[in-house]
Amino acid sequence: MHLQIADVSKTFGYGARAKQVLRNVSFAVHSGEFVALVGSSGSGKSTVMRLIAGLEQPSAGTISMDGRPITAPGSDRGMVFQKYSLYPWLTAAENVAFGMELQGRPRQEIRERTGYFLEVVGLADAARRLPRELSGGMQQRVAIARALAAEPQVLLLDEPFGALDIQIRESMQEFLHTLWQRTGLTALLITHDLEEALLLAGTVHIMAPSPGRIVRSVRVDLDRSSLAKLRLSRPFLDLREELAADLRGLEPALAA
Amino acid sequence: MPAFQRLIRHPWSLGLLGILTVLLLWWITTASGSVNKLFLPSPQAVWLAGQQQWTSGLLLKDALASIQRVFIGFAMSAGLALPVGIAMGTSPVICRLLEPLMGLIRYMPAPAFIPLLIIYFGLDELPKVLLIFIGTFFFNTLMIMDSVKFVPRELMETARTLGGRTLPILVKVVAPFIAPQVLDTYRINMASAWNLVIVAELVAATEGLGKRISLAQRFLRTDEIFMGLIVIGLIGLLIDLGFRAVMRRACAWAN
Repeated sequence: MHLQIADVSKTFGYGARAKQVLRNVSFAVHSGEFVALVGSSGSGKSTVMRLIAGLEQPSAGTISMDGRPITAPGSDRGMVFQKYSLYPWLTAAENVAFGMELQGRPRQEIRERTGYFLEVVGLADAARRLPRELSGGMQQRVAIARALAAEPQVLLLDEPFGALDIQIRESMQEFLHTLWQRTGLTALLITHDLEEALLLAGTVHIMAPSPGRIVRSVRVDLDRSSLAKLRLSRPFLDLREELAADLRGLEPALAA
Repeated sequence: MPAFQRLIRHPWSLGLLGILTVLLLWWITTASGSVNKLFLPSPQAVWLAGQQQWTSGLLLKDALASIQRVFIGFAMSAGLALPVGIAMGTSPVICRLLEPLMGLIRYMPAPAFIPLLIIYFGLDELPKVLLIFIGTFFFNTLMIMDSVKFVPRELMETARTLGGRTLPILVKVVAPFIAPQVLDTYRINMASAWNLVIVAELVAATEGLGKRISLAQRFLRTDEIFMGLIVIGLIGLLIDLGFRAVMRRACAWAN
């Protein structure tokens, strides 16, 4: 799998009201990679995600997967939203099965895969619960299980932990990291949290606002055997501070 | 007195108290003889009138006639409003095409259509059923349209990224999400349907609760008028409670 974002620009509105939200964004995601886009609000990172998902069309440039241009949403790109994306009338298990039912898979297979992916995200016991009976972190794990069960080639995570408490965030980061190691999935993570990006992603692209563009790309080769230790390790903290300074410099209000 | 407190806290206690108070005031007023009983019959007289009509079979026949009209007219209205409302709520083109038209017709009082309906369809069942349809269809449709607009974008987009196309999304995402609001819309507009069936029967009918009331007026039988009003209210209340019960069971997730 090879996801290529080439020279993509996006403008919303027409004429005098036109607003360019992305300018010449290019990067690639390969099979098994974990890539993160970091930026403040207004940097267009969510727009990048929506373009890749096929929910919006680029104004210029191309997005292609294995050479084929992306024109519409498809189950080869699974998406996890920040919140409110579980179907509130379906149980956790039914939510996980939802995508597979849309794909028209056989019942037996749906049942087995539902059980398997609930197990993977550690929620086998919560199968029959409704979303409102689950905590925020559990809800996001169900959303991730649902996306994975549809067998996407790449998982698009749009601020998946942005609405969670800090402690739950950390455990969810551990969870996502373990999941990535175990399943070998390909992931593209959008976040405004630099630490989160550096902990999880092998490649981090820093985005700047007005118009949204990538200003710096970093390969992060750190020892990830223990995220808890990594959070406090010297090279990690140095890299974080360096990039944080970069990000601060991009904020016009703070740079003065 | 914990038993007394529990009674007070029961959700129905105060409502029942309100009804009983009015009944008591009614009884005292008529028993004191200060009001001509032609204008205000006593509760006992109304009860007797009810008993009389029940034993003669009139009451049941009238009630069934009215219920049948409401049911057919409202079923047509509800059944058609659902797809049209969903179509208007999801497609801006259809919405822009139909909303002004519906907004206009909605403000035409349905009873004003009675003369036309009688000219077109005579005095049979059809004009009464159509009156209920006209009087509730546009409200049902516009309220369903509004509920569709509140379906969170994430829910639809998630389905699309999972490979869902338009029709499956309407059936598996939009329809279940709006189900509680749709039931509530029906419950609210059902009250208009009951208003309209009585109006239609007051104008022209051979049977029905409204017809009975207009006959009673001719013979100055205020006791029968009161009885008719109370029966209409009770049936309406039962239907309302029925809708609530269905909603509680079918849409437990939304409570």
